[in-house]
Amino acid sequence: MAILGAINPMLTVGLDGDNAWRLDDYVKRGGYSALKKIIAEKTPTDQIIKEVKKSVLRGRGGAGFPTGLKWSFMPKYFPGDKYVICNSDEGEPGTFKDRDILRYNPHSVIEGMAIAAYAIGAARGYNYIHGEIWEIYKRFEEALDEARAAGLIGKNILGSGFDFELFAHHGYGAYICGEESALLDSIEGKKGQPRFKPPFPANYGLYGKPTTVNNTETFSAVPFILNHGADAYLEAGKPNNGGTKLFSVSGHVNRPGNYEIPLGTPFATLLEMAGGVRGGRKLKACIPGGSSAPVLPAQTIMDCTMDFDSISKAGSMLGSGAVIVMDETTCMVRALERLSYFYYEESCGQCTPCREGTSWLYKVVHRIEHGQGRADDLDLLRSVTTNIMGRTICALGDAASMPVQSFVKHFQDEFAYHIEHKKCLVPPEIQRAGSGFFKATV
Amino acid sequence: MLTTESIQKIDREIAKYPPDRKQSAVMAALAIAQEELGWLPNEAIEFVANYLGMEPIAAYEVASFYNMYDLKPVGKHKLTVCTNLPCMLSGGVDAAEYLKMKLGIDFNETTPDGRFTLKEGECMGACGDAPVMLVNNRRMCSCMQPEQIDNLLAELE
Repeated sequence: MAILGAINPMLTVGLDGDNAWRLDDYVKRGGYSALKKIIAEKTPTDQIIKEVKKSVLRGRGGAGFPTGLKWSFMPKYFPGDKYVICNSDEGEPGTFKDRDILRYNPHSVIEGMAIAAYAIGAARGYNYIHGEIWEIYKRFEEALDEARAAGLIGKNILGSGFDFELFAHHGYGAYICGEESALLDSIEGKKGQPRFKPPFPANYGLYGKPTTVNNTETFSAVPFILNHGADAYLEAGKPNNGGTKLFSVSGHVNRPGNYEIPLGTPFATLLEMAGGVRGGRKLKACIPGGSSAPVLPAQTIMDCTMDFDSISKAGSMLGSGAVIVMDETTCMVRALERLSYFYYEESCGQCTPCREGTSWLYKVVHRIEHGQGRADDLDLLRSVTTNIMGRTICALGDAASMPVQSFVKHFQDEFAYHIEHKKCLVPPEIQRAGSGFFKATV
Repeated sequence: MLTTESIQKIDREIAKYPPDRKQSAVMAALAIAQEELGWLPNEAIEFVANYLGMEPIAAYEVASFYNMYDLKPVGKHKLTVCTNLPCMLSGGVDAAEYLKMKLGIDFNETTPDGRFTLKEGECMGACGDAPVMLVNNRRMCSCMQPEQIDNLLAELE
């Protein structure tokens, strides 16, 4: 079980045993009751969207956009096809929550998507699943087969006249496809390159038709909201930050894994749930929302609560809820070098500032890390980031720049030491011990 | 070019999309072709393109864009190790170094006997299980400490 802990869980409640992902188990836990009720009572679609808006469910994929509001953008009287898409292309370094939702509770996603389809008037949907998690993709297909056999998806669902066909689409290794318009191009059988916006997907989405794209965890929360009411969901979190959230805790902690906690829970509580810092060492820094979120020094993050507003106020982003913990054995230059390599590797190449800029960022951080940094390199890094940010079609350019800006800002001394002394402030053997791979050397 | 079984798998993928949107199945079709052939020679990409009624260059664009397609032959077992930051903090880079030493090859190289190819991977969305590696794009191996790596290599002999 990789959901290692929870406080008042909604998404992961009752997930015991190896068969928790099966339809029978899900139904025993009360699953599909929200969908059944809606289609039996023919609940007005406006009422559903209103309820989701009221719950203040904010997108769990990274941007935190209000879900109900997004659904309300869909044209109501559009005569042709409309689509609902689930974004399970989870490739933001540090994030591994959607994989566990699909592994342990796939029917909650299917039910959430079916409810969304009903609310926005879509008859077809796709779940775009990250390329590297083949076994999870196969499991989701099996869950779809179960739902189809039980008449919960497909034509004329439970005799209601409501049709919703749902399929899984398997990615094949491209971080950029987590960007929703790139994801749509990818489903169309093209290179996954982001589109200019506007038009937004609600007007021009998959195959040019109105489309709503939400994250896996977002869909997974929808059945709870309709079963228990928007107020119950909102009250579980804090104002403007409804509900619980899955946090993926990785890096230097004793028990890395997923934890479901109400938004607004102190970071210190989450860290404690994850077993504290590995080997009882000292916390140095934390990236609170996936690799694209600005890094925060220990003293800042220790004062934060885990919700969109608190993390934003501290100068970072809650993002996807991927908490990357770094202890005192971490060389911040090396950490940034690896992140910068990632964005350089994954830039789709469409926009010049990002394609060229990510290459510059990586090369300059690389040379600092390898003892060839120059006195004006930190200024150069800042200048490259400001020349990328806001000048690209999608957010990858910003995502590559924010780690650079924040690492250099908060750990400037460490970068300066590297440049001046041509070596690391943290000795290599200490860094090596930090990973815990060669246990004998710790 | 491909076996009947592979063609049937491709047909199942095509059926997921609207009838006039066969191109949507190109990613799956290329993956199926690669699974059968071990890698994607140009002829296979062209075959898939023709089967789906799209331009071969459009299928090639897809094959060359996504990281998990192999446009050159690889060993019998392709091992992709994630070295991204969260994995690195928990031994991902060390695991890759260990594999390089054990196999006597660097990233993007194949052992002389053709058994193993080593690749550096980007985030696989499994950071809590670091070090993480993927065997032939399909099988994910978690918490790969030296002992687990030794066992995996022995199993894949």
